[in-house]
Amino acid sequence: MSAPQSARLAPPLVWVMVLSAMVLLLSACTTMPQTAARGTGDLGVVIERADGRLKVVETSGRTVLAEVEGLGDLSHASVVFSRDARYAFVFGRDGGLTKVDVLAARIVARVVQAGNAIGGAISQDGRIVVAQNYEPGGIKAFDADTLELLADVPADYGSEGKRSKVVGLADLPGNRFVYSLFDAGEIRVTDLSDPGNPKTERFAAGKQPYDALVTPDGRYYIAGLFGEDGLAMLDLWQPEKGVRKVLAGYGRGEAPLPVYKMPHLRGWAIAGGRAYLPAIGRHEVLVVDTRSWEEVSRIAVKSQPVFVMARPDGREVWVNFAFPDNGWVQVIDTLDNSVVETLQPGRAILHMEFTPRGEAVWLSARDDNRIVVYDTGSRRPLGALAAASPSGIFFTSRAARTGF
Amino acid sequence: MKPPPLVAHVAVFIGAALIAAYASAADQPDPLRYRELVHIVRQDCGSCHGLTLAGGLGPALTPEALADKPPEGLVATIVGGRPGTPMPPFLGIVSEAEASWIVDQLMRGFPADGGATAAAPTN
Repeated sequence: MSAPQSARLAPPLVWVMVLSAMVLLLSACTTMPQTAARGTGDLGVVIERADGRLKVVETSGRTVLAEVEGLGDLSHASVVFSRDARYAFVFGRDGGLTKVDVLAARIVARVVQAGNAIGGAISQDGRIVVAQNYEPGGIKAFDADTLELLADVPADYGSEGKRSKVVGLADLPGNRFVYSLFDAGEIRVTDLSDPGNPKTERFAAGKQPYDALVTPDGRYYIAGLFGEDGLAMLDLWQPEKGVRKVLAGYGRGEAPLPVYKMPHLRGWAIAGGRAYLPAIGRHEVLVVDTRSWEEVSRIAVKSQPVFVMARPDGREVWVNFAFPDNGWVQVIDTLDNSVVETLQPGRAILHMEFTPRGEAVWLSARDDNRIVVYDTGSRRPLGALAAASPSGIFFTSRAARTGF
Repeated sequence: MKPPPLVAHVAVFIGAALIAAYASAADQPDPLRYRELVHIVRQDCGSCHGLTLAGGLGPALTPEALADKPPEGLVATIVGGRPGTPMPPFLGIVSEAEASWIVDQLMRGFPADGGATAAAPTN
């Protein structure tokens, strides 16, 4: 009795299975990215500055996965990541803002939003991407999904309608953004929680702020000043107290040495309750206590520091240098604040990026056309990857960090 | 009797070419140094002035941007820097003659970067 019944039922069941398998396979052909399913936690991008191209890399096997072309002028390019760590927002010198799908290795949106730009940031909730511009000076906010313009906030100052170059942009809790005005000597905080109605507060900072950082908790914003000896610090938990000068007079009245490349403060070095900051016009790394904001120490280094970056555990700080000493890298021990290693990883080391937990550091050797990877334990090279005139290296672990 | 016009034209043309070649040879650095200078200007000056020299923290250095600037002033800026701005003095890295070659090239439209020279690591 049961045999003929099941014989009648089987064919439709088989058909259902075959048809759904076909539908699944066909849809997979059209919608799946070319790479197999994988996470993004060990991915990153490397800027090939002269060719308007980036390389998608992975840090577990240290390989290049793909290349993405057509990103415009990438001199001084920087990158922030979407909160799901899948999309890279690439800010080019020529004002280009490009959203790249890192997994599929393709451009999903691109706008040219200014004549001359210097970088950007992404909001706490990941919905707003903000570009900082030199020309026309100001910040612009974009929808992170579509790159549609949400707000244009000019960095106007004085009474003659002038606009300042904007530097040192960082994201803050509450979809606020903090940045500095190079020409106007100000720090500004713009609240974009209602993007159609941005509200900006202004603070006098000092002469020629050139870059800035925000501490990992989003509390302190520190702007380096080119035009005076010292840094401007704003406590964002108590902004009504205004800007405080820290390390004022660190040059001790001595004539500054030439600065052939502006230091970068972003990519902060906060380690063990101390901030490690590049001096301007002095071959020193300045160490300041992040509670008292008093100077703790100053460390003599090879040349003008550019990036002063803490390993993620804060045990070491790695430093690279301005032209013509950009073939050197030094490592500072944060327990006794001494230089413990001097390395020559390659010609023209422009940038360094630690893997998420810091067991390795990737360094771009522009004039050797390669990325060199160092083991941070042994401080010896682990390998290298070919890249044309590489500059910035950005790993997706930045997606979860304030100020990155 | 006058020489045929074609001969006169060719003679003048060759003469001018020789003079031009001699003049440019006199202030032209050797090819390796030339390549190095182009690389420095594109890459290292480019960190403030942009790889395309269209400007950044520093002003644009394109022929249009420099057209109304006296070349001597530009050479002095390269050699001595510009106090009160981030422009540092480059004397010691480039000679005054090299600075004036750079200014000349900038005003004509700067050559493309041929890459770093295959020299020993910078130190």
